[in-house]
Amino acid sequence: MSVILVFLLVIAGFAGWWLSHQRLTAKPWLEQGVAGDVVGFDRSSLPTAKIGLGVFLAVVGCLFSLFTSAYFMRMGLSDWRPLPLPRLLWLNTGVLALSSVALQCAVVAARRGQVDMVRLGLATAGLTALAFLAGQLIAWRQLTEDGYLLASNPANSFFYLITAMHGLHILGGLVGLGRTSAGAWNGMRRERLRLSVELCAMYWHFLLFVWLCIFAVLAGWAATFVSICQRLLT
Amino acid sequence: MVDVTPADAVPPAEVAEMELYHPHSWWTKYVFSQDAKVIAVQYSATAMAIGLVALMLSWLMRLQLGFPGTFDFITPEAYYQFITMHGMIMVIYLLTALFLGGFGNYLIPLMVGARDMVFPYVNMLSYWVYLLAVLVLVSSFFAPGGPTGAGWTLYPPQAIMTGTPGGQDWGIILMLSSLILFIIGFTMGGLNYVVTVLQGRTRGMTLMRLPLTVWGIFTATVMALLAFPALFVACVMMLLDRLLGTSFFMPAIVEMGEQLQHNGGSPILFQHLFWFFGHPEVYIVALPAFGIVSDLISTHARKNIFGYRMMVWAIIAIGALSFVVWAHHMYVSGMNPYFGFFFATTTLIIAVPTAIKVYNWVLTLWRGDIHLTIPMLFALAFIVTFVNGGLTGLFLGNVVVDVPLSDTMFVVAHFHMVMGVAPILVIFGAIYHWYPKVTGRMLDETLGRFHFWITFLGAYLIFFPMHYLGLMGVPRRYAELTDMNIMTESAHHLNSFISIMAFIVGFAQMVFLFNLIWSIRHGREAGGNPWRATTLEWQTPETPPAHGNFGKELPIVYRWAYDYSVPGAKEDFIPQNVPGSFGPSREPA
Repeated sequence: MSVILVFLLVIAGFAGWWLSHQRLTAKPWLEQGVAGDVVGFDRSSLPTAKIGLGVFLAVVGCLFSLFTSAYFMRMGLSDWRPLPLPRLLWLNTGVLALSSVALQCAVVAARRGQVDMVRLGLATAGLTALAFLAGQLIAWRQLTEDGYLLASNPANSFFYLITAMHGLHILGGLVGLGRTSAGAWNGMRRERLRLSVELCAMYWHFLLFVWLCIFAVLAGWAATFVSICQRLLT
Repeated sequence: MVDVTPADAVPPAEVAEMELYHPHSWWTKYVFSQDAKVIAVQYSATAMAIGLVALMLSWLMRLQLGFPGTFDFITPEAYYQFITMHGMIMVIYLLTALFLGGFGNYLIPLMVGARDMVFPYVNMLSYWVYLLAVLVLVSSFFAPGGPTGAGWTLYPPQAIMTGTPGGQDWGIILMLSSLILFIIGFTMGGLNYVVTVLQGRTRGMTLMRLPLTVWGIFTATVMALLAFPALFVACVMMLLDRLLGTSFFMPAIVEMGEQLQHNGGSPILFQHLFWFFGHPEVYIVALPAFGIVSDLISTHARKNIFGYRMMVWAIIAIGALSFVVWAHHMYVSGMNPYFGFFFATTTLIIAVPTAIKVYNWVLTLWRGDIHLTIPMLFALAFIVTFVNGGLTGLFLGNVVVDVPLSDTMFVVAHFHMVMGVAPILVIFGAIYHWYPKVTGRMLDETLGRFHFWITFLGAYLIFFPMHYLGLMGVPRRYAELTDMNIMTESAHHLNSFISIMAFIVGFAQMVFLFNLIWSIRHGREAGGNPWRATTLEWQTPETPPAHGNFGKELPIVYRWAYDYSVPGAKEDFIPQNVPGSFGPSREPA
């Protein structure tokens, strides 16, 4: 359970930092008037949708941390036989990174108000994300053809389960991306479009980060890293 | 006295007005509504309906325990199904849904001064996914093999094996699917509750001016958003074990003389995941109750809440601590003793902020102008019951005491007192308190008092004797206790007595339901602020509040939520949206 505890520690640190800016030591029974405006502690100036997405990403992060925790706990048992990762995953990682880059370009374009570039960025991001999903499916095919079936070993089970969860989140993101693209083509208001593209980019970068983490875990580097840390500590 | 801005110099509200979705038809107004208040009523009604099923299941269980062997249709399998569904429904589909989906939806926008939740469409989806989860759960009663009988903790390997009811039938599959749906639906709602508190607050409503109800629901929602994923992970993995033959949790096992295909899995892994959700869940239910009861006590004792800051800090501390105590549910799983020592310590530390809260409630009552209204009666009953259940929690939090008491009726008595009866008492109190705002009419007083006394005294008569049964060593989860040495004749009599009380208390709930429905039309007109309370939901121009809550302009908040009996003020309460300072007697500390 150490992975999830570390994750929660990060969340707690962030929450603590935020709370420390909220005047929790105020004595509200002595303060009358519109205190919030005078002292300047009130709602965040960030758009509400971004905060909503941020909270949602914390939940998604929690989910993947828990899968990783379970992975490490199950890994310690004797029947664990690590499976060789298909090399295709490297290509997929590149494609997903490309998708993120394309969306970042779309964000820059949206800030400058270049609608054509936004459309190009969104289309590239969508297509590369679809290519990533197709690549993941092909990687699954390769593994099953080589005899690494879902139920034959817990390492395989975890591989399919975690990649499937990640893929489902990308799929969900594609729905949002689709709606943004529809807006980009049908002349959504500039401010709305910018926010919408920024939200997509935020989600995409986060899922890329999650993918890099789980790739490291599934490839076994994370375990090596942890054991090095443990040796340093003891 | 710190008067931060002179009242007349306040510029008009700068809060960006949200665009409300205006419903055009009856369907979008009352069924597929995006108004948080309608969603709240939908959530509450669904939760109470399914809760009624759980209540009836508990009657069936008590029939078997109180009069063993009398009722042929209650086979051991059926008993396990009753026990499982009763526990799961009460904890998740009733308490969690009612506190967060029901009270959260109704009270958060009104109390923080918002027109609605920040993402109304997602909020609507949240309810419909919840309803789907409930329907999937109910469908398992009609599935071949019936619902699962694995116990509400659904421990593998037994949960998905042949001997357990529903283990190799539909029961467990529907249970797990329903939980997954519930978590998805809850996440949608939870995002709304959190972000509305962060971003929806009206002008002047700083965090430290929030009523404690909002603090409780807010913190509980943050916890739930971080804890429910653990249950989600556990459910998905168990579903794969059951359907696709993986071995996440399933060890190599022989069933009916046959070796199953599972190999090497770890049931303990499931327990870690389950309780990583399961313990925070206790506080997900308790924190909204803490918050609501603080407001009830303050309002009905006409006195400001004692130690508001401490109350807020205690809520946050309890929320944070509850994530590092989960393994105290697993003392008997053969864990490392140092582990047990760690978790016992963290468990006992939680008693500190909790005790602060109890002392502050009592000190709020001290020399207050206590009105023994029905909400107040329930709030007082909550304090007593919660202290009672909390003290036995100190017993069970210690490893050496827990080991002999584990799996006895003592544990059943403990958690029913602390997270069954206590939060339910708050729910009743809260319904009597806010019903006038929801419907515009008061609940009937006589029926209410009848309901209160039967429920409060009856719940004690049910659960208090269970402690003694537990100390005698009477085990929980046993369908049949007739031939055991520990079951003396007096223990049998006690069991019959508990069962009879359970029927009486259950009957009192029917009176309550009747009152709820009858008073919608026939209750006394309540007016806008029958309890003369300070918080914003009582200051709406219309009762029940219209879509958009506050009419043309959002209220501006000038003071905290607890200005009761301020010396020098004309009335004994000053609503949060009334400007100006009163009273010379309050000096800056």
